Amino acid sequence: MEASAQPHPAASQRTRSEHRLAWLLCAPAVIAMLAVTAYPIGYAVVLSLQQIDLRFPEISGFVGLDNYGAILSSELWWTDLFNTAFVMVISVAIELVLGMAIALVMYRAIFGRGVVRTSVLIPYGIITVVAAFAWQFAFAPDTGFVNHLPLIADDMDWFGGRFSSFAVIIMAEVWKTTPFMALLLLAGLVTIDSQLYEAAKVDGATAWQRFTRITLPLMKPAILVALLFRTLDAFRVFDTIFIMTRGAQDTESVSILGFNQLISRLNLGLGSAVSVLIFICVFLIAFVFVRGLGTRLEEGRPGG
Amino acid sequence: MGRGSREYALWSIAILAVLVVALIPVVWLISLSLKPPEAVADQRFLPANISFDNYKSLFEGGIDNSPFIKPLINSILIALSTTVIAITFASFAAYAIARLEFPGKRLILAGALAIAMFPPISTVGPLFDMWRAIGLYDTYPGLIIPYLTFSLPLAIYVLVAFFREIPWELEQAAQVDGATPFQAFTKVIVPLAAPGMFTAAILVFIFAWNDFLFAISLTSSDASRTVPAALAFFTGESSFTQPTGSIAAAAVVVTVPIIVFVLLFQRRIVSGLTAGAVKG
Repeated sequence: MEASAQPHPAASQRTRSEHRLAWLLCAPAVIAMLAVTAYPIGYAVVLSLQQIDLRFPEISGFVGLDNYGAILSSELWWTDLFNTAFVMVISVAIELVLGMAIALVMYRAIFGRGVVRTSVLIPYGIITVVAAFAWQFAFAPDTGFVNHLPLIADDMDWFGGRFSSFAVIIMAEVWKTTPFMALLLLAGLVTIDSQLYEAAKVDGATAWQRFTRITLPLMKPAILVALLFRTLDAFRVFDTIFIMTRGAQDTESVSILGFNQLISRLNLGLGSAVSVLIFICVFLIAFVFVRGLGTRLEEGRPGG
Repeated sequence: MGRGSREYALWSIAILAVLVVALIPVVWLISLSLKPPEAVADQRFLPANISFDNYKSLFEGGIDNSPFIKPLINSILIALSTTVIAITFASFAAYAIARLEFPGKRLILAGALAIAMFPPISTVGPLFDMWRAIGLYDTYPGLIIPYLTFSLPLAIYVLVAFFREIPWELEQAAQVDGATPFQAFTKVIVPLAAPGMFTAAILVFIFAWNDFLFAISLTSSDASRTVPAALAFFTGESSFTQPTGSIAAAAVVVTVPIIVFVLLFQRRIVSGLTAGAVKG
Protein backbone atom coordinates (compact mmCIF):
# COMPACT_ATOMS: atom_id res chain seq x y z
CA MET A 1 0.00 0.00 0.00
CA GLU A 2 2.67 2.43 1.05
CA ALA A 3 4.96 1.29 -1.73
CA SER A 4 2.30 1.84 -4.38
CA ALA A 5 1.39 5.24 -2.92
CA GLN A 6 5.03 6.31 -3.00
CA PRO A 7 5.13 7.83 -6.52
CA HIS A 8 2.02 9.88 -5.95
CA PRO A 9 3.35 12.75 -3.79
CA ALA A 10 6.24 13.25 -6.17
CA ALA A 11 3.97 13.04 -9.23
CA SER A 12 1.41 15.43 -7.83
CA GLN A 13 4.17 17.78 -6.80
CA ARG A 14 5.37 17.71 -10.37
CA THR A 15 1.83 18.19 -11.64
CA ARG A 16 1.35 21.10 -9.30
CA SER A 17 4.55 22.80 -10.38
CA GLU A 18 3.56 22.18 -13.98
CA HIS A 19 0.18 23.85 -13.33
CA ARG A 20 1.94 26.77 -11.68
CA LEU A 21 4.38 27.15 -14.59
CA ALA A 22 1.51 26.94 -17.09
CA TRP A 23 -0.46 29.63 -15.30
CA LEU A 24 2.59 31.82 -14.97
CA LEU A 25 3.23 31.52 -18.70
CA CYS A 26 -0.39 32.28 -19.61
CA ALA A 27 -0.87 35.14 -17.14
CA PRO A 28 0.56 38.03 -19.23
CA ALA A 29 -1.50 37.11 -22.30
CA VAL A 30 -4.67 36.50 -20.30
CA ILE A 31 -4.33 39.80 -18.42
CA ALA A 32 -3.63 41.71 -21.64
CA MET A 33 -6.68 40.17 -23.30
CA LEU A 34 -9.03 40.80 -20.39
CA ALA A 35 -7.76 44.34 -19.68
CA VAL A 36 -9.23 45.72 -22.88
CA THR A 37 -12.29 43.48 -23.26
CA ALA A 38 -13.92 42.20 -20.07
CA TYR A 39 -13.29 45.30 -17.97
CA PRO A 40 -14.23 47.88 -20.65
CA ILE A 41 -17.41 46.05 -21.68
CA GLY A 42 -18.44 46.00 -18.00
CA TYR A 43 -17.58 49.68 -17.78
CA ALA A 44 -19.54 50.32 -20.99
CA VAL A 45 -22.62 48.75 -19.37
CA VAL A 46 -22.18 51.06 -16.36
CA LEU A 47 -21.74 54.11 -18.60
CA SER A 48 -24.72 53.15 -20.73
CA LEU A 49 -27.03 53.42 -17.70
CA GLN A 50 -26.03 57.02 -17.07
CA GLN A 51 -26.45 60.36 -18.67
CA ILE A 52 -22.85 61.39 -19.38
CA ASP A 53 -22.16 64.05 -21.96
CA LEU A 54 -18.61 65.38 -21.68
CA ARG A 55 -19.74 68.65 -23.25
CA PHE A 56 -22.27 69.14 -20.43
CA PRO A 57 -20.58 67.57 -17.39
CA GLU A 58 -22.94 69.24 -14.92
CA ILE A 59 -25.98 67.24 -16.04
CA SER A 60 -25.07 63.67 -15.38
CA GLY A 61 -26.53 60.87 -13.34
CA PHE A 62 -28.13 57.45 -13.35
CA VAL A 63 -30.92 57.17 -15.90
CA GLY A 64 -31.54 53.41 -15.96
CA LEU A 65 -32.46 52.09 -19.39
CA ASP A 66 -33.37 55.50 -20.83
CA ASN A 67 -30.38 55.51 -23.22
CA TYR A 68 -31.43 52.14 -24.63
CA GLY A 69 -35.00 53.37 -24.96
CA ALA A 70 -33.80 56.46 -26.81
CA ILE A 71 -31.69 54.41 -29.24
CA LEU A 72 -34.18 51.62 -29.88
CA SER A 73 -36.95 54.14 -30.57
CA SER A 74 -34.79 56.24 -32.92
CA GLU A 75 -35.08 55.70 -36.63
CA LEU A 76 -31.32 56.23 -37.03
CA TRP A 77 -30.41 53.05 -35.11
CA TRP A 78 -32.70 50.89 -37.24
CA THR A 79 -31.50 52.51 -40.48
CA ASP A 80 -27.89 51.92 -39.46
CA LEU A 81 -28.62 48.36 -38.37
CA PHE A 82 -30.24 47.72 -41.74
CA ASN A 83 -27.22 49.29 -43.54
CA THR A 84 -24.79 47.16 -41.56
CA ALA A 85 -26.76 43.96 -42.14
CA PHE A 86 -27.16 44.83 -45.82
CA VAL A 87 -23.43 45.40 -46.39
CA MET A 88 -22.64 42.32 -44.29
CA VAL A 89 -24.99 39.90 -46.09
CA ILE A 90 -24.24 41.05 -49.64
CA SER A 91 -20.47 41.26 -49.21
CA VAL A 92 -20.16 37.95 -47.38
CA ALA A 93 -22.35 36.23 -49.99
CA ILE A 94 -20.22 37.57 -52.86
CA GLU A 95 -17.02 36.71 -50.98
CA LEU A 96 -18.19 33.15 -50.40
CA VAL A 97 -18.84 32.54 -54.11
CA LEU A 98 -15.68 34.33 -55.28
CA GLY A 99 -13.59 32.86 -52.47
CA MET A 100 -14.76 29.35 -53.37
CA ALA A 101 -13.95 29.97 -57.04
CA ILE A 102 -10.46 31.24 -56.18
CA ALA A 103 -9.88 28.36 -53.76
CA LEU A 104 -10.83 25.89 -56.51
CA VAL A 105 -8.49 27.65 -58.96
CA MET A 106 -5.64 27.48 -56.42
CA TYR A 107 -6.42 23.82 -55.72
CA ARG A 108 -7.02 22.56 -59.22
CA ALA A 109 -4.91 24.82 -61.45
CA ILE A 110 -2.48 22.85 -63.58
CA PHE A 111 -0.14 25.84 -63.52
CA GLY A 112 0.04 29.35 -62.08
CA ARG A 113 -0.96 28.40 -58.54
CA GLY A 114 1.81 30.61 -57.20
CA VAL A 115 0.58 33.57 -59.24
CA VAL A 116 -2.91 33.24 -57.77
CA ARG A 117 -1.62 32.91 -54.22
CA THR A 118 0.62 35.93 -54.70
CA SER A 119 -2.29 37.91 -56.16
CA VAL A 120 -4.71 37.17 -53.35
CA LEU A 121 -2.18 38.22 -50.73
CA ILE A 122 -1.89 41.74 -52.20
CA PRO A 123 -5.26 42.93 -50.84
CA TYR A 124 -4.42 41.33 -47.49
CA GLY A 125 -1.24 43.42 -47.20
CA ILE A 126 -2.97 46.73 -47.94
CA ILE A 127 -4.30 48.92 -45.15
CA THR A 128 -8.13 48.98 -45.32
CA VAL A 129 -8.13 52.78 -45.24
CA VAL A 130 -5.67 52.88 -48.16
CA ALA A 131 -7.80 50.46 -50.19
CA ALA A 132 -10.88 52.55 -49.41
CA PHE A 133 -9.11 55.70 -50.68
CA ALA A 134 -7.94 53.89 -53.82
CA TRP A 135 -11.48 52.81 -54.72
CA GLN A 136 -12.95 56.16 -53.73
CA PHE A 137 -10.55 58.01 -56.03
CA ALA A 138 -11.25 55.49 -58.79
CA PHE A 139 -15.03 56.07 -58.61
CA ALA A 140 -15.01 59.80 -57.76
CA PRO A 141 -16.34 61.79 -60.77
CA ASP A 142 -13.51 64.34 -60.56
CA THR A 143 -10.43 62.08 -60.30
CA GLY A 144 -11.65 58.62 -61.22
CA PHE A 145 -11.22 56.53 -64.34
CA VAL A 146 -14.23 54.28 -63.69
CA ASN A 147 -16.74 56.62 -65.34
CA HIS A 148 -14.78 56.41 -68.58
CA LEU A 149 -15.18 52.64 -68.76
CA PRO A 150 -17.66 51.34 -71.31
CA LEU A 151 -21.30 50.88 -70.16
CA ILE A 152 -20.88 53.46 -67.36
CA ALA A 153 -22.32 56.96 -67.69
CA ASP A 154 -19.57 59.59 -67.78
CA ASP A 155 -21.30 61.74 -65.17
CA MET A 156 -22.33 58.94 -62.79
CA ASP A 157 -22.15 60.32 -59.24
CA TRP A 158 -21.42 57.14 -57.28
CA PHE A 159 -21.33 58.77 -53.85
CA GLY A 160 -24.42 60.88 -54.53
CA GLY A 161 -26.91 58.08 -53.94
CA ARG A 162 -27.43 55.52 -51.20
CA PHE A 163 -27.27 52.27 -53.12
CA SER A 164 -24.61 53.36 -55.60
CA SER A 165 -22.50 54.27 -52.54
CA PHE A 166 -23.23 50.83 -51.11
CA ALA A 167 -22.15 49.25 -54.41
CA VAL A 168 -18.71 50.87 -54.16
CA ILE A 169 -18.42 50.18 -50.41
CA ILE A 170 -19.32 46.50 -50.89
CA MET A 171 -16.91 46.22 -53.82
CA ALA A 172 -14.05 47.59 -51.73
CA GLU A 173 -14.91 45.25 -48.84
CA VAL A 174 -15.12 42.25 -51.17
CA TRP A 175 -11.80 43.13 -52.80
CA LYS A 176 -10.06 43.48 -49.44
CA THR A 177 -11.38 40.38 -47.69
CA THR A 178 -12.07 37.73 -50.35
CA PRO A 179 -8.42 36.54 -50.05
CA PHE A 180 -8.96 35.59 -46.42
CA MET A 181 -12.12 33.68 -47.35
CA ALA A 182 -10.32 31.94 -50.24
CA LEU A 183 -7.41 30.84 -48.05
CA LEU A 184 -9.71 29.46 -45.34
CA LEU A 185 -11.74 27.58 -47.94
CA LEU A 186 -8.58 26.25 -49.59
CA ALA A 187 -7.46 24.90 -46.20
CA GLY A 188 -10.76 22.98 -46.02
CA LEU A 189 -10.50 21.86 -49.62
CA VAL A 190 -7.10 20.18 -49.25
CA THR A 191 -8.42 17.97 -46.44
CA ILE A 192 -10.82 16.18 -48.84
CA ASP A 193 -9.60 12.76 -49.90
CA SER A 194 -8.90 12.92 -53.64
CA GLN A 195 -9.86 9.24 -54.00
CA LEU A 196 -13.47 10.30 -53.53
CA TYR A 197 -13.26 12.36 -56.74
CA GLU A 198 -11.60 9.51 -58.61
CA ALA A 199 -14.32 7.11 -57.50
CA ALA A 200 -17.06 9.58 -58.49
CA LYS A 201 -15.39 10.12 -61.88
CA VAL A 202 -15.34 6.37 -62.47
CA ASP A 203 -19.04 6.28 -61.60
CA GLY A 204 -19.65 8.93 -64.26
CA ALA A 205 -20.34 11.97 -62.07
CA THR A 206 -20.01 15.33 -63.85
CA ALA A 207 -17.74 18.05 -62.50
CA TRP A 208 -20.78 19.93 -61.15
CA GLN A 209 -22.08 16.78 -59.43
CA ARG A 210 -18.68 16.15 -57.87
CA PHE A 211 -18.69 19.74 -56.58
CA THR A 212 -22.21 19.67 -55.10
CA ARG A 213 -22.19 16.05 -53.83
CA ILE A 214 -18.61 15.76 -52.53
CA THR A 215 -16.89 19.13 -52.18
CA LEU A 216 -19.70 21.16 -50.63
CA PRO A 217 -20.93 18.63 -48.04
CA LEU A 218 -17.40 17.75 -46.90
CA MET A 219 -16.46 21.41 -46.70
CA LYS A 220 -19.42 22.46 -44.55
CA PRO A 221 -17.33 22.89 -41.38
CA ALA A 222 -14.66 24.92 -43.23
CA ILE A 223 -17.34 27.03 -44.93
CA LEU A 224 -19.10 27.72 -41.63
CA VAL A 225 -15.86 28.72 -39.89
CA ALA A 226 -14.96 31.05 -42.77
CA LEU A 227 -18.51 32.49 -42.79
CA LEU A 228 -18.46 33.02 -39.03
CA PHE A 229 -15.22 34.98 -39.06
CA ARG A 230 -16.11 37.03 -42.11
CA THR A 231 -19.71 37.73 -40.98
CA LEU A 232 -18.59 39.07 -37.61
CA ASP A 233 -15.82 41.04 -39.29
CA ALA A 234 -18.27 42.49 -41.82
CA PHE A 235 -20.72 43.45 -39.05
CA ARG A 236 -18.02 45.68 -37.60
CA VAL A 237 -17.58 47.53 -40.93
CA PHE A 238 -16.15 50.96 -40.17
CA ASP A 239 -12.99 51.96 -42.06
CA THR A 240 -14.33 51.71 -45.61
CA ILE A 241 -17.58 53.58 -44.91
CA PHE A 242 -15.80 56.23 -42.81
CA ILE A 243 -13.38 57.02 -45.65
CA MET A 244 -15.84 56.79 -48.54
CA THR A 245 -18.98 58.53 -47.30
CA ARG A 246 -18.53 59.10 -43.58
CA GLY A 247 -22.14 57.90 -43.32
CA ALA A 248 -23.55 60.42 -45.83
CA GLN A 249 -26.49 59.38 -48.08
CA ASP A 250 -27.84 57.12 -45.31
CA THR A 251 -24.88 54.75 -45.51
CA GLU A 252 -23.95 54.91 -41.82
CA SER A 253 -23.11 51.60 -40.09
CA VAL A 254 -23.72 50.87 -36.40
CA SER A 255 -19.98 51.13 -35.68
CA ILE A 256 -19.94 54.63 -37.19
CA LEU A 257 -23.02 55.55 -35.13
CA GLY A 258 -21.20 54.41 -31.99
CA PHE A 259 -18.07 56.35 -32.98
CA ASN A 260 -20.07 59.52 -33.71
CA GLN A 261 -21.82 59.40 -30.34
CA LEU A 262 -18.70 58.53 -28.35
CA ILE A 263 -15.87 60.43 -29.98
CA SER A 264 -17.43 63.15 -32.13
CA ARG A 265 -20.27 64.12 -29.76
CA LEU A 266 -18.57 62.94 -26.53
CA ASN A 267 -21.90 61.53 -25.38
CA LEU A 268 -20.50 58.58 -23.43
CA GLY A 269 -23.88 57.46 -22.06
CA LEU A 270 -25.71 57.12 -25.40
CA GLY A 271 -22.53 55.96 -27.19
CA SER A 272 -21.92 53.22 -24.64
CA ALA A 273 -25.48 52.02 -25.01
CA VAL A 274 -24.87 51.75 -28.78
CA SER A 275 -21.64 49.83 -28.01
CA VAL A 276 -23.47 47.40 -25.75
CA LEU A 277 -26.19 46.86 -28.36
CA ILE A 278 -23.51 46.13 -31.00
CA PHE A 279 -21.89 43.68 -28.58
CA ILE A 280 -25.24 41.91 -28.11
CA CYS A 281 -25.74 41.69 -31.91
CA VAL A 282 -22.27 40.17 -32.38
CA PHE A 283 -22.94 37.75 -29.56
CA LEU A 284 -26.22 36.64 -31.17
CA ILE A 285 -24.59 36.16 -34.60
CA ALA A 286 -21.74 34.15 -33.03
CA PHE A 287 -24.22 32.09 -31.00
CA VAL A 288 -26.23 31.12 -34.09
CA PHE A 289 -23.08 30.15 -36.00
CA VAL A 290 -21.48 28.20 -33.15
CA ARG A 291 -24.71 26.22 -32.69
CA GLY A 292 -24.81 25.51 -36.41
CA LEU A 293 -21.12 24.63 -36.38
CA GLY A 294 -21.51 22.32 -33.39
CA THR A 295 -24.24 20.22 -34.97
CA ARG A 296 -22.48 20.15 -38.35
CA LEU A 297 -19.33 18.91 -36.72
CA GLU A 298 -21.33 16.16 -35.02
CA GLU A 299 -22.97 15.18 -38.31
CA GLY A 300 -19.65 15.23 -40.12
CA ARG A 301 -17.99 12.88 -37.68
CA PRO A 302 -17.58 9.44 -39.26
CA GLY A 303 -19.58 6.74 -37.51
CA GLY A 304 -21.30 9.38 -35.35
CA MET B 1 -5.32 17.80 -77.68
CA GLY B 2 -8.02 20.39 -78.50
CA ARG B 3 -9.59 19.96 -75.09
CA GLY B 4 -6.21 20.36 -73.43
CA SER B 5 -5.44 23.69 -75.05
CA ARG B 6 -8.97 24.96 -74.37
CA GLU B 7 -8.54 24.06 -70.71
CA TYR B 8 -5.15 25.79 -70.73
CA ALA B 9 -6.76 28.95 -72.14
CA LEU B 10 -9.57 28.88 -69.54
CA TRP B 11 -7.12 28.52 -66.65
CA SER B 12 -4.99 31.31 -68.08
CA ILE B 13 -8.00 33.63 -68.24
CA ALA B 14 -9.05 32.79 -64.67
CA ILE B 15 -5.54 33.32 -63.30
CA LEU B 16 -5.03 36.52 -65.26
CA ALA B 17 -8.39 37.87 -64.02
CA VAL B 18 -7.44 37.30 -60.38
CA LEU B 19 -4.06 38.95 -60.91
CA VAL B 20 -5.49 42.01 -62.67
CA VAL B 21 -8.26 42.58 -60.11
CA ALA B 22 -5.79 42.25 -57.25
CA LEU B 23 -3.39 44.73 -58.84
CA ILE B 24 -5.78 47.44 -60.10
CA PRO B 25 -5.97 49.53 -56.88
CA VAL B 26 -2.21 49.29 -56.34
CA VAL B 27 -1.36 50.35 -59.88
CA TRP B 28 -4.02 53.07 -59.66
CA LEU B 29 -2.53 54.51 -56.44
CA ILE B 30 0.99 54.47 -57.87
CA SER B 31 -0.31 56.12 -61.04
CA LEU B 32 -2.19 58.84 -59.08
CA SER B 33 0.84 59.50 -56.90
CA LEU B 34 3.08 60.02 -59.94
CA LYS B 35 0.76 62.49 -61.66
CA PRO B 36 1.84 66.12 -61.43
CA PRO B 37 -0.42 67.82 -58.83
CA GLU B 38 -2.27 69.82 -61.51
CA ALA B 39 -3.02 66.62 -63.46
CA VAL B 40 -4.26 64.50 -60.54
CA ALA B 41 -7.85 65.10 -61.67
CA ASP B 42 -7.22 64.17 -65.32
CA GLN B 43 -9.26 60.97 -64.85
CA ARG B 44 -6.71 58.87 -66.74
CA PHE B 45 -5.78 55.45 -65.41
CA LEU B 46 -2.10 55.99 -66.22
CA PRO B 47 -0.26 59.31 -65.87
CA ALA B 48 0.51 61.30 -69.02
CA ASN B 49 3.58 62.85 -67.37
CA ILE B 50 5.48 61.57 -64.39
CA SER B 51 6.36 63.82 -61.46
CA PHE B 52 7.53 63.21 -57.91
CA ASP B 53 6.00 66.42 -56.56
CA ASN B 54 3.42 64.53 -54.49
CA TYR B 55 6.18 62.63 -52.70
CA LYS B 56 8.24 65.78 -52.19
CA SER B 57 5.31 67.58 -50.58
CA LEU B 58 4.84 64.67 -48.16
CA PHE B 59 8.31 65.08 -46.70
CA GLU B 60 8.57 68.86 -47.01
CA GLY B 61 9.09 70.77 -43.78
CA GLY B 62 10.87 67.97 -41.95
CA ILE B 63 9.49 66.16 -38.95
CA ASP B 64 7.85 69.26 -37.44
CA ASN B 65 5.85 70.45 -40.40
CA SER B 66 5.37 67.44 -42.63
CA PRO B 67 1.91 65.92 -42.17
CA PHE B 68 3.33 62.48 -42.86
CA ILE B 69 6.77 61.89 -41.28
CA LYS B 70 5.66 61.83 -37.63
CA PRO B 71 2.65 59.54 -38.29
CA LEU B 72 4.92 57.23 -40.28
CA ILE B 73 7.37 57.02 -37.36
CA ASN B 74 4.43 56.49 -34.96
CA SER B 75 3.03 53.71 -37.13
CA ILE B 76 6.36 51.90 -37.35
CA LEU B 77 7.19 52.17 -33.64
CA ILE B 78 3.69 51.29 -32.44
CA ALA B 79 3.34 48.30 -34.79
CA LEU B 80 6.84 47.02 -33.91
CA SER B 81 6.31 47.39 -30.14
CA THR B 82 2.95 45.63 -30.41
CA THR B 83 4.58 42.82 -32.38
CA VAL B 84 7.45 42.26 -29.94
CA ILE B 85 5.22 42.29 -26.83
CA ALA B 86 2.43 40.23 -28.41
CA ILE B 87 4.82 37.55 -29.66
CA THR B 88 6.52 37.33 -26.25
CA PHE B 89 3.22 36.96 -24.37
CA ALA B 90 1.71 34.67 -26.99
CA SER B 91 4.78 32.40 -27.08
CA PHE B 92 4.65 31.87 -23.33
CA ALA B 93 0.93 31.12 -23.43
CA ALA B 94 1.13 28.94 -26.54
CA TYR B 95 3.99 26.94 -25.04
CA ALA B 96 1.90 26.21 -21.95
CA ILE B 97 -1.14 25.31 -24.04
CA ALA B 98 0.75 23.09 -26.50
CA ARG B 99 3.03 21.36 -24.00
CA LEU B 100 1.56 21.36 -20.52
CA GLU B 101 -1.57 19.90 -18.99
CA PHE B 102 -3.35 22.31 -16.67
CA PRO B 103 -6.87 23.23 -15.62
CA GLY B 104 -8.21 26.23 -17.51
CA LYS B 105 -6.47 25.47 -20.81
CA ARG B 106 -9.72 25.10 -22.74
CA LEU B 107 -11.05 28.23 -21.07
CA ILE B 108 -8.08 30.26 -22.33
CA LEU B 109 -8.49 28.95 -25.89
CA ALA B 110 -12.24 29.60 -25.82
CA GLY B 111 -11.63 33.06 -24.36
CA ALA B 112 -9.10 33.88 -27.08
CA LEU B 113 -11.60 32.77 -29.71
CA ALA B 114 -14.29 34.95 -28.10
CA ILE B 115 -11.96 37.96 -28.18
CA ALA B 116 -11.24 37.33 -31.86
CA MET B 117 -14.98 37.88 -32.39
CA PHE B 118 -15.26 40.84 -30.02
CA PRO B 119 -16.42 44.12 -31.64
CA PRO B 120 -13.64 46.71 -31.01
CA ILE B 121 -16.13 49.61 -31.15
CA SER B 122 -17.64 48.30 -27.90
CA THR B 123 -14.40 49.09 -26.06
CA VAL B 124 -13.71 52.46 -27.70
CA GLY B 125 -15.90 54.56 -25.36
CA PRO B 126 -14.68 53.05 -22.09
CA LEU B 127 -11.05 53.16 -23.27
CA PHE B 128 -11.44 56.80 -24.33
CA ASP B 129 -12.72 57.64 -20.84
CA MET B 130 -10.19 55.44 -18.97
CA TRP B 131 -7.19 56.57 -21.04
CA ARG B 132 -8.02 60.24 -20.43
CA ALA B 133 -8.33 59.57 -16.71
CA ILE B 134 -4.98 57.77 -16.39
CA GLY B 135 -3.02 59.77 -18.97
CA LEU B 136 -2.77 57.14 -21.73
CA TYR B 137 -4.90 59.12 -24.20
CA ASP B 138 -2.85 60.15 -27.26
CA THR B 139 0.21 58.12 -26.22
CA TYR B 140 1.95 55.06 -27.72
CA PRO B 141 0.90 52.69 -24.90
CA GLY B 142 -2.68 53.91 -25.33
CA LEU B 143 -2.69 52.26 -28.78
CA ILE B 144 -0.28 49.39 -28.07
CA ILE B 145 -2.47 48.00 -25.27
CA PRO B 146 -5.66 47.56 -27.35
CA TYR B 147 -3.59 46.26 -30.29
CA LEU B 148 -2.08 43.64 -27.98
CA THR B 149 -5.49 42.55 -26.81
CA PHE B 150 -6.91 42.09 -30.28
CA SER B 151 -3.83 40.50 -31.85
CA LEU B 152 -3.05 38.02 -29.07
CA PRO B 153 -5.84 35.55 -29.99
CA LEU B 154 -4.53 35.18 -33.55
CA ALA B 155 -0.91 34.98 -32.33
CA ILE B 156 -1.80 32.34 -29.73
CA TYR B 157 -3.72 30.18 -32.23
CA VAL B 158 -0.94 30.36 -34.81
CA LEU B 159 1.77 29.59 -32.25
CA VAL B 160 -0.15 26.72 -30.62
CA ALA B 161 -0.54 25.15 -34.07
CA PHE B 162 3.20 25.53 -34.74
CA PHE B 163 4.31 24.44 -31.26
CA ARG B 164 2.29 21.23 -31.50
CA GLU B 165 4.44 20.19 -34.49
CA ILE B 166 7.71 20.58 -32.61
CA PRO B 167 9.20 17.23 -31.57
CA TRP B 168 8.48 16.67 -27.88
CA GLU B 169 11.42 14.34 -27.29
CA LEU B 170 14.06 17.02 -27.72
CA GLU B 171 12.67 19.04 -24.84
CA GLN B 172 12.43 15.96 -22.63
CA ALA B 173 15.96 14.99 -23.60
CA ALA B 174 17.15 18.42 -22.51
CA GLN B 175 15.33 18.01 -19.20
CA VAL B 176 16.86 14.56 -18.72
CA ASP B 177 20.24 16.17 -19.30
CA GLY B 178 19.49 18.47 -16.38
CA ALA B 179 17.90 21.51 -18.00
CA THR B 180 15.10 23.21 -16.09
CA PRO B 181 11.74 23.56 -17.88
CA PHE B 182 12.64 27.23 -18.50
CA GLN B 183 16.02 26.31 -20.02
CA ALA B 184 14.36 23.62 -22.08
CA PHE B 185 12.04 26.33 -23.38
CA THR B 186 14.64 28.98 -24.22
CA LYS B 187 17.45 26.73 -25.46
CA VAL B 188 15.56 24.00 -27.28
CA ILE B 189 12.06 25.12 -28.15
CA VAL B 190 12.68 28.77 -29.05
CA PRO B 191 15.11 28.02 -31.93
CA LEU B 192 12.74 25.35 -33.26
CA ALA B 193 9.80 27.67 -32.83
CA ALA B 194 11.40 30.69 -34.51
CA PRO B 195 9.73 30.16 -37.92
CA GLY B 196 6.28 29.98 -36.31
CA MET B 197 7.03 33.04 -34.21
CA PHE B 198 8.12 34.90 -37.31
CA THR B 199 4.84 34.00 -39.05
CA ALA B 200 2.80 35.16 -36.06
CA ALA B 201 4.89 38.34 -35.93
CA ILE B 202 4.04 39.22 -39.54
CA LEU B 203 0.32 38.76 -38.88
CA VAL B 204 0.41 40.85 -35.69
CA PHE B 205 2.41 43.60 -37.39
CA ILE B 206 -0.07 43.79 -40.28
CA PHE B 207 -2.97 43.91 -37.81
CA ALA B 208 -1.47 46.83 -35.86
CA TRP B 209 -0.35 48.57 -39.07
CA ASN B 210 -3.89 48.33 -40.48
CA ASP B 211 -5.95 49.57 -37.52
CA PHE B 212 -7.99 52.72 -38.00
CA LEU B 213 -10.76 52.71 -35.36
CA PHE B 214 -8.52 52.89 -32.26
CA ALA B 215 -6.09 55.18 -34.08
CA ILE B 216 -8.69 57.88 -34.69
CA SER B 217 -10.51 57.38 -31.36
CA LEU B 218 -7.62 57.32 -28.91
CA THR B 219 -5.30 59.93 -30.43
CA SER B 220 -5.73 63.66 -30.92
CA SER B 221 -2.43 64.85 -32.38
CA ASP B 222 0.72 63.84 -34.21
CA ALA B 223 2.13 62.75 -30.83
CA SER B 224 0.78 59.26 -31.48
CA ARG B 225 -1.49 59.40 -34.54
CA THR B 226 -0.66 56.60 -36.96
CA VAL B 227 -0.71 56.74 -40.77
CA PRO B 228 -4.24 55.41 -41.39
CA ALA B 229 -5.66 58.05 -39.02
CA ALA B 230 -3.39 60.78 -40.36
CA LEU B 231 -4.55 60.03 -43.93
CA ALA B 232 -8.14 60.76 -42.90
CA PHE B 233 -7.04 64.21 -41.68
CA PHE B 234 -4.83 65.08 -44.66
CA THR B 235 -5.46 68.46 -46.23
CA GLY B 236 -4.14 69.91 -49.45
CA GLU B 237 -1.30 72.42 -49.56
CA SER B 238 -3.95 75.09 -49.39
CA SER B 239 -7.55 74.45 -48.46
CA PHE B 240 -8.46 74.82 -52.15
CA THR B 241 -6.35 72.00 -53.55
CA GLN B 242 -7.44 68.40 -53.25
CA PRO B 243 -5.13 66.25 -51.11
CA THR B 244 -5.71 63.32 -53.53
CA GLY B 245 -2.12 63.33 -54.81
CA SER B 246 -0.59 63.49 -51.32
CA ILE B 247 -2.90 60.77 -50.01
CA ALA B 248 -1.99 58.56 -52.97
CA ALA B 249 1.75 59.14 -52.42
CA ALA B 250 1.47 58.44 -48.68
CA ALA B 251 -0.59 55.34 -49.45
CA VAL B 252 2.12 54.06 -51.79
CA VAL B 253 4.83 54.67 -49.18
CA VAL B 254 2.99 52.63 -46.53
CA THR B 255 1.76 49.96 -48.96
CA VAL B 256 4.63 48.95 -51.21
CA PRO B 257 7.09 47.80 -48.47
CA ILE B 258 4.35 45.72 -46.81
CA ILE B 259 3.32 44.13 -50.10
CA VAL B 260 6.94 43.23 -50.90
CA PHE B 261 7.28 41.75 -47.43
CA VAL B 262 4.01 39.82 -47.72
CA LEU B 263 5.02 38.41 -51.09
CA LEU B 264 8.47 37.38 -49.82
CA PHE B 265 6.94 35.44 -46.95
CA GLN B 266 3.72 34.35 -48.62
CA ARG B 267 3.95 30.67 -47.68
CA ARG B 268 4.34 31.54 -44.01
CA ILE B 269 1.43 33.98 -44.12
CA VAL B 270 -0.89 31.48 -45.76
CA SER B 271 -0.03 28.82 -43.19
CA GLY B 272 -0.42 31.35 -40.38
CA LEU B 273 -3.77 32.70 -41.54
CA THR B 274 -5.24 29.23 -41.86
CA ALA B 275 -3.58 27.61 -38.82
CA GLY B 276 -5.99 29.05 -36.29
CA ALA B 277 -9.11 28.60 -38.35
CA VAL B 278 -8.80 24.91 -39.17
CA LYS B 279 -8.51 24.02 -35.51
CA GLY B 280 -11.24 26.49 -34.49
